[in-house]
Amino acid sequence: MSIVPQDPLAERQIALVDLLDRLLAGGAVIVGDITLRIAEVDLVRIDLRALISSVGEDVPSPFQELTP
Amino acid sequence: MSTAPQRARGQGRLRYVYAVTRAGFRPREGLSGVAGAPVHTVTEDGLAALVSPVPAADFEEEALHAHLEDLAWLEQTARAHRSVVDTAAASVSLLPLRLATVYRDEQGVRQALAARTEHFACALAAVDGRTEWGVKAYAEDRAEGAADPDNSPMDSATSAPEAGSGRDFLRRRLARRQARERAQQHADDLARMAHEALDRFAERSRLHRPQDARLSGLPGRNVLNGAYLVPREETGAFTGLVGELADRCADAGVRIELTGPWAPYSFTRPPEPVEPDPAEPEGAEPE
Repeated sequence: MSIVPQDPLAERQIALVDLLDRLLAGGAVIVGDITLRIAEVDLVRIDLRALISSVGEDVPSPFQELTP
Repeated sequence: MSTAPQRARGQGRLRYVYAVTRAGFRPREGLSGVAGAPVHTVTEDGLAALVSPVPAADFEEEALHAHLEDLAWLEQTARAHRSVVDTAAASVSLLPLRLATVYRDEQGVRQALAARTEHFACALAAVDGRTEWGVKAYAEDRAEGAADPDNSPMDSATSAPEAGSGRDFLRRRLARRQARERAQQHADDLARMAHEALDRFAERSRLHRPQDARLSGLPGRNVLNGAYLVPREETGAFTGLVGELADRCADAGVRIELTGPWAPYSFTRPPEPVEPDPAEPEGAEPE
């Protein structure tokens, strides 16, 4: 049970999933320049896809339709 | 005498925006961003954006899409983004932006600020003097022992050693399943109770999607993934409450974890929006 606040500068202690919850599902959304705009749904998909594929080849991607 | 094609793909530098704060803030000397370049501010209408140049070759749409599916790149960028946000948040109220918000030039950044001055001012006022805390609850899989012989796929009524035990086997399995369902229900109830208590204490709260155990690598089922906005002076009382809830939940096999303090990533909109902000990209409106 970790109920001791983390040192805000202890970078490695922060789990990537917790960080991505905030950076991909949180954060103010403002539209970047048109060619760089990435829809929210894309980011969520990327989040899961990148992470799941990193877990192991045996884990099927939930986004098979993306693979050409 | 032709001018160089400034918008040629992969050439030049783009502007990566980390956060929005009030004009007047200066990032500390030497603060560097996602591509190692120094962070500076771009100001407009009383607001300042924290910005650093990034290579177009990595942040043009196509390259960015590819990079975002590369976990090592994603992690490096996310940590660099957070580092800039947290360093600045230590001395000023700010609204972190979503990962990879990129503009072609400073003019684009200024226009983005100008289009939402009121929206950002309201949202900034609502996070002044407050920090975000993350509270997650995990239900331990008590009833699902890996060594449970009845869960083995090899096991079936036909392989049962004793004649007439098929019915007993089914009964035992049913009882076990019911116990598991009761335990899951109980864990869900505890998580809801914990969230309600934290929500009452916090000024604002937001529920994130439960995390997949394959991604977090943590044992148990994530039954709560909440973010809570708490005034700085109430930090001690809030973490105390989390500790109490953790003790109450522990006996029932529900583990509570606290993360933070975070910059207010989950609370970047003004509270209680009375009407949708037309500048929000819900409908993917171009600038």
